[in-house]
Parts: sequence; structure tokens; C-alpha cells
Amino acid sequence: MISPQRSPPGSSSQSPRSPSAPPFLSVTVTDPVKLGNGVQAYISYRVITKTNLPEYQGPEKIVIRRYSDFVWLHDRLAEKYRGIFIPPLPEKSAVEKFRFSAEFIEMRRQALDIFINRIASHPQLKQSEDLRTFLQEDEETMERARSQETGIFKKKPADLIQIFKDVQSKVSDVVLGKEKPVEESNPEYEKLKHYIFELEDHLAEAQRQAYRLVKRHRELGQSLSDFGKAIKLLGACEGDSLGKVFADLGSKSELLSIKLQKEAHNLLMNFEEPLKDYVRAVQSIKATMVDRANAFRQQCELAETTKLKEINLDKLMLMRSEKAMEAEIEYKELKAESEEATRRFETIVKLMSEEMVRFQEQKTADLGLAFHEFAKGQAKLANEIADAWRSLVPKLDACSPSLCS
Amino acid sequence: MMGLETHAGFGSPPREEMESVALSDAPSDYRSAMSSSLPAIATAADGGDPLLSPPAPLSSVPSSSSSFLDPPSYADVVFSPLDGQNGAAPDRPSLCRDFSFLRSDRAAASEYARIAVSDPQKEQDVVNALVPGGGTYVTYLITSWTRAGVAEFGVRRRFRDVVTLADRLAEAYRGFFIPPRPDKNVVESQVMQKHEFVEQRRSALEKYLWKLAVHPVIGKSDELRVFLQAQGKLPLPTSTDMASRMLDGAVRLPKQLFGEGPAGYVMPQDAVQPAKGGRDLLRIFKELKQSVANDWGGAKPPVVEEDKEFVERKDKMQDLEQQLSTTSKQAEALVKAQQDIGETMGELGLAFIKLTKFESEEAVYSSQRVRAADAKHVATAAVKASRLYRELNAQTVKHLDTLHEYLGLMLAVHSAFSDRASALLTVQTLMSDLSSLHTRIEKLEVASSKIFGGDRSRMRKVEELKETIRVTEDAKCCALREYERIKENNRSELERLDRERHDDFLSMLKGFVKNQVGYAEKVANVWATVAEETSGYA
Repeated sequence: MISPQRSPPGSSSQSPRSPSAPPFLSVTVTDPVKLGNGVQAYISYRVITKTNLPEYQGPEKIVIRRYSDFVWLHDRLAEKYRGIFIPPLPEKSAVEKFRFSAEFIEMRRQALDIFINRIASHPQLKQSEDLRTFLQEDEETMERARSQETGIFKKKPADLIQIFKDVQSKVSDVVLGKEKPVEESNPEYEKLKHYIFELEDHLAEAQRQAYRLVKRHRELGQSLSDFGKAIKLLGACEGDSLGKVFADLGSKSELLSIKLQKEAHNLLMNFEEPLKDYVRAVQSIKATMVDRANAFRQQCELAETTKLKEINLDKLMLMRSEKAMEAEIEYKELKAESEEATRRFETIVKLMSEEMVRFQEQKTADLGLAFHEFAKGQAKLANEIADAWRSLVPKLDACSPSLCS
Repeated sequence: MMGLETHAGFGSPPREEMESVALSDAPSDYRSAMSSSLPAIATAADGGDPLLSPPAPLSSVPSSSSSFLDPPSYADVVFSPLDGQNGAAPDRPSLCRDFSFLRSDRAAASEYARIAVSDPQKEQDVVNALVPGGGTYVTYLITSWTRAGVAEFGVRRRFRDVVTLADRLAEAYRGFFIPPRPDKNVVESQVMQKHEFVEQRRSALEKYLWKLAVHPVIGKSDELRVFLQAQGKLPLPTSTDMASRMLDGAVRLPKQLFGEGPAGYVMPQDAVQPAKGGRDLLRIFKELKQSVANDWGGAKPPVVEEDKEFVERKDKMQDLEQQLSTTSKQAEALVKAQQDIGETMGELGLAFIKLTKFESEEAVYSSQRVRAADAKHVATAAVKASRLYRELNAQTVKHLDTLHEYLGLMLAVHSAFSDRASALLTVQTLMSDLSSLHTRIEKLEVASSKIFGGDRSRMRKVEELKETIRVTEDAKCCALREYERIKENNRSELERLDRERHDDFLSMLKGFVKNQVGYAEKVANVWATVAEETSGYA
């Protein structure tokens, strides 16, 4: 099943191996199936890859993957491509009751499809070897790879809290004389950090309201259904023509109830979910910020240590100590590490600024589409409501006042 | 088809046409809608049906979308002619209040053009002033205008007076569907905020008095007239409390038990009233005995609730009441759901407005500015839609209120049916009294005939009993007449109820449906614009 892809990677379906065809890589996540029993039950998905890229094993490949496979891929990419905003995954755990509800499964499938396609269309991420493993390896290889994941590269909550505290409580740290972790003094970056944190709050609020709106639609639908039934029974107490109008009205009410439930589902999938996705994306940026802070700290520490080593080396050389040679080797090693750390940090900075541009553009498109779907859905619903009720007007007008009926 | 309502007596155009009068080109503001239709209609014939000459351009069946909705509610504007009719100055405080409880064609037949309740004031009760916390009560200014003389009356009444009025009406108009009076609300009056409670009561009183006024029989009653027009203290006998009634009854009981004269039996004039709690203890005991006898099918009651048609209708009423109750509850749930969705839509709009503001202020990239603009469109639309939902709901409440009203009316129906039942019981009791009297006379005569020369004392007894029989016969005739009268009242009221209910329900459904259509169209437009504006992302 093809679901709306955020950035179509190129849709040419020419003969895949011909050298003149534009390169494309398109992935579909489909066919959720429940496997296993009891507590260990899980959902598996079919992942279909269509490509003409030479690195891949053929024009089409189908594999079976489960949610934790996606998590593995996400974590590997996060570890290897620091500085890039890794596309977010849908939430890990759900309340046990809903883990296998049709709605939840569909939402997750859609989100996973979007996830994998974002990776496949990202200029750097799509070249990842881990991606190729994910898309092509058989299930046993995948399982082996997954169980080797030690998880030490995962973001610790402490890191996130640290960066939060950096932003919020600089002053108090100084006052308390706490040893502050070293951090950048880049005003533009500071501004960006503030922006990201505040953005998350606004988006979370919007998403909350969107979810409540979904619930309200369901509730209105329910009340229309109940009202329709009651009106029909009331109409049974009335005489002929009026009683029939009551019955018609009741039926329309029940019909509208169904339309409301449909719109509630549409809202959930095409408006509320994109907003949630936006929030996740912002959280991904925060994770990258942690990486950047760590890289900066490392760079500073190494630079500091290297400098000390240099001073020490000079001292030793002056003293013509036999330790000087050893120290020189150590110094050279350290210097290389320091330069590496600096390079890593600068890469992250560069990537981040490119990613920010991409992020902003992407989100305008994503949100624009979500707005469009929202407005379209609401307009359609309102028109259906108007049509349904309007169809009763001629019957009501035809119903004459009591003396003549 | 022209609806010729007999009690209106005029050839009024069908209500649908009349409604389209108000709908076309009317401004959206309720107040201006009222005043704009006033001058035109004030020129209608005096005392005639204001609906006879619809002055504004008639449009045919409302087909364009705007005609569903332009005034806040077509139901409101329909009844504005009444104010212009009798030249009442439109600056009365109650002008803006909801007149949807008026039914214009029935209103046209009432003696009264309008009744308003206003100006609640606290007054001191002289008698109870010593009681701490007691002794104050609220009076209301009740202003009424009669249709005939275009005269205006203003009196001050307190709630206790209303209770008196209701009780006197209940006695005098047995068998009629008397609109139930507002509750005493003893608990609420303590718990609610004072002026909130007073306002709630004021509004309830106004509705109640008007319902009395438009009732074809009660609207013409002396009791109502006196209530509305007699200055000073209300000249109706007050309902005495239970204690003194019990006292009365206790005094009379010995007399009744020892059979002193005809006082031992029901006097004819009392036969037309149900046995009042306390006062007619003996009668209550006897009627109770009778109803038990009826139940056990012992003494075959000569009068049976033979009216099968009545029994059928009674069952139908019960069914109606059941359905009204359920539907009324579901209507409330529907209204709440509509309100909730409007509220949440508003809050969603607000959240996006904040997002818009934030993105605009912090914008570094042009894509952010675009996004902020998009969010603003959606936010504005959401807020607009929220307002529309709120308006829709206010109208829905008014329309579906008809359900609540008729549910309330079921109480009146119950009363009327129980009037009938107790009248029947009185008749049956008297009839079995008579039959037992006859039996006693027979026995005495038989016994007396066995004695040579007659039995002086027994013959005297027979004479006494014959006298009692005469009185009781009279009473029985009165009771029977009363019962027949009540039966007829029941019948005509049931017919009226069916007729009016048909019209009121039709009007309710029309209002509800047209309202929904109108607002749904508006909401659709709001969102269609946004969908258009964001179509580039599709």
C-alpha cells in the first residue's frame, strides 16, 4: 500500500538497471500481521524495496521486519550520523489494551512507512550500510544484528536533562558554584536552542487539542446516534405524516453519526498524527543538540589535555629527560585525537545548519499538507451534514398543520 | 394548504409562509431583527390576527442557503409581531428575552397580549419579623396587557401567591391539563446564589403565567384575571396547611361517626370535590373501602371505566411520556456534545494562534514565515467555526426545549386523569352507599312487618334512612354530573393536546433541521476557503 510520501524520491519505473535511468529508491511498509502468542505476540510488517541502485541486490526485495528492527536501524543511524536529525520513530510502548487495536496498528504502519522513506530520501542517510542491511538481509541475519545492539549509544535521559538545564539554569549554576560543563558561547546557537524548546511546547499543545478534537467528533457521533434512535421511538407515538418525518429524521441522525466517526478517524490519521510527528522531529533535534554538546565538551577537554601535554613535553625536552620521547609520542597521539574531536564537532555544526534549513522547509510542507487535509475533511463533513438535514426540509414543509392532517 | 385554526378564528396564512417573511433580508442581530419588523407590522388591523397582513416581501419556500439562517433563529423573529401589535414600547427590560414559548396563533386567541415578570424586590414580612433569618420574601412586578382594551395592569405578587393561584385553579378546573407551576425549589433557594435564583424564578414565573394565559379555558378564568389585575392582597382563598386541615377533620369526625343527621354523609356540594386530605376523614375511609372493593371485584360497581377509548389514550399518553423522557435526555446529551466540540475547536484555534505568533517572531527562514501564515489561516478558521458551533447550539437548545415542555405537560395530564379517577370513585362510593341503605331499609321493613301493629322505633328508623337516601341521591347526581364534566374536559383536552403537539413538534423539527443546515453550510464555507488556500500542498 502506498501511503502519502513526504518527499517522493523519484517515481520513474523504467528498467531498473539501465544506466541512463535516474536513480531511485522507494520503500513501502505494508501488511501488518500479528505473530506469536500471549505476552510475546508482536506485529510484523512487509517491507518492499524497489530500486535501481547498484548497491542493492535487485530491482525488488521483500523482507519481514518488526518494530524493534526499525528501532535498531534508528539507533545505528543516530550513532553514525551525528549532526543529522534522524527521522523519528513512532512511540515505543502503548497501553497494553490498545497495542493490537486496528487503529493503533494502522497509525504505526503509516509512521514506519514515512520513517523509512525519509531515510531513503535523505542525501547522506540513504547511503548508509545499515539501511541496506535493514532493507535486504534475511530475517535471521536481522535478528542476530539486533541482538548485538548493546544500546550503550542510546541517549540517556540524563543527557537530555543536562542540555535542558544548560538552557534554563545558567545563572543558578554560577551562583551555586557548581562545576558547569563547558558549553558553546554561540549566540545564534543559543537562540536556536531556545527556539527548539519553545517550539516543542507550542506543538505539544496543538497536538493535545487535535487529539481532543478527535474525541469530540466521536462523542458527537455517539450522541447523534442515540438521539436518532430516541426520535424514531418518539415519532412512533405520533400520527402518520408527522411520524414518518420523525423516522426520517432519526435515520438521518444515525447516518450522520457514522460520518462523524469516519471524520474522527480521518482527523486522527491525517491531522493529529502529523502534529505528533512534528513533535517527535523536534525531539530528534534535541537529541542532536546533546550530541553537539558532547562533541563540544570532548573537543574542549582534549584541546585542554593536549595543551597540558605540550607544556609537559616542552618541559621534558628542556630537561633532556628520557621520558621526552615517550611523551612526544603520547603528545602526537593526543593531538591527533584532539584534531579528530574538533573535526567531529565542526562536522556536527555544519550538518546541523544544513539540517535546520531542510527541517524548516520539510515541516512547512508537512504541516501545510496536514492543514489541507484537516480543512478538506471538515468542509466535507459540514457539507454532508448540510445535505443530510436539507433533504428533510421538503418533507417537513409538506407536513401540514394539525387540522388538515 | 391554508390552515384555518378554529380557535384563532381568522384566516391566518400557513405558518411556513409567515416564517419566510421574517427570514428574507433580515439582519443577523436579534434586536435589530425585532425592531425592523416592528414598524411594518404595527400597521396591521387592531385586534386582528397580525399574521393576516404580512408586510415584508414574501419569498417562496426558502431555497437559498442564506434564508435558512439570517436572523439568529427564525423561531425568535416569528413572534416579534406581538410587540408591535399593541404598541408596547420596545424598551421593556424583557424585550430581549426569549419568546419561543409563545405560540403565535394560540397567543392570538388569548385575552392577554403579553405578560411580563420583572423587578424583584425584597420585602419584609411584618408577622414573622421576629423570627431570625425569616420574614423577608421577594415580590415581583407582574405587568400584563389585555388584547381587548389594550389596557395595562401592574401588580406585585410573591411566590406564595402563585402557589395559591395554582391550587385554586387545580380545584376549579378539574379534568383540564393545567400547566404545572414552577417548583418551590426549597433547597435551591438556599444553595444557589441569591440573584441567580431570583432570576431563574422570575423567568419560570413569566413562562408559567403565559402558559396559563394561552390556555383556551384557563386563560379566561377569573382566578387568573384577579391574580393579574387585582391590586393589593391577592383575593383568593389561601391553601391552608396540613395541620389545620387535620384539625378540621378531627373535629368533624365524631359528628360523622355518630351519624348526626345528614352530616354523616356526603353533602351534595361536597360531592363535587375530591375528599380533601384531613377534612373529610370519614369520606376518605369510605372511598378507600370502595376502591378496595373495586379492586377485589366484590360489590359489582355500577359505574365502570367503560370508556375503552379513554383507556387506550391513557396508554398512549404513558408511552408518549416514556419516549419524551428518553428523547429529552438524548437531546441534552446532543447539546452537550455540540458545545464540547465548539469549545475544543476554539482551543485548537488558540493553540495555532500562539504557534503562528511564535514562528513569526522567531523566523529565521522564509519557510517559517510561510508556515506561520498557513497556521494563521487555520487558526482563524477554527475560531470562526467555534463561534458558529456556539451559535448553532444556542438555537438547538431553544428548539429542542419543546421536548422538555411537553414532558412537563405530562404532569398536568396525570393530574387531569387522577381528577377523573377520584370523581369516579366518589360516584361509585355514593352508589354503594345507596345500595347498602336500601338493604338496611329492606331488612328493617321485614323485621318490622313481623311484629303486629308495626314497630314504632323501627319505622322511625326507616323514615330517617329514607331521608338519608334522598340526600345521598342528590349527592350522587351531583357527583355523576361532575364526573361527566371531567370526562368531557379530559376528552377535549386530549384532542387539544394532540393538535397542539402535532404543530409544536412539527415546528420543533423544522427549526432544528433548518438551523443545522444553515450553520453546517456556514462552517463548510469557512473550511472550504482554507482548503483552497492550502491546496498547493496536496
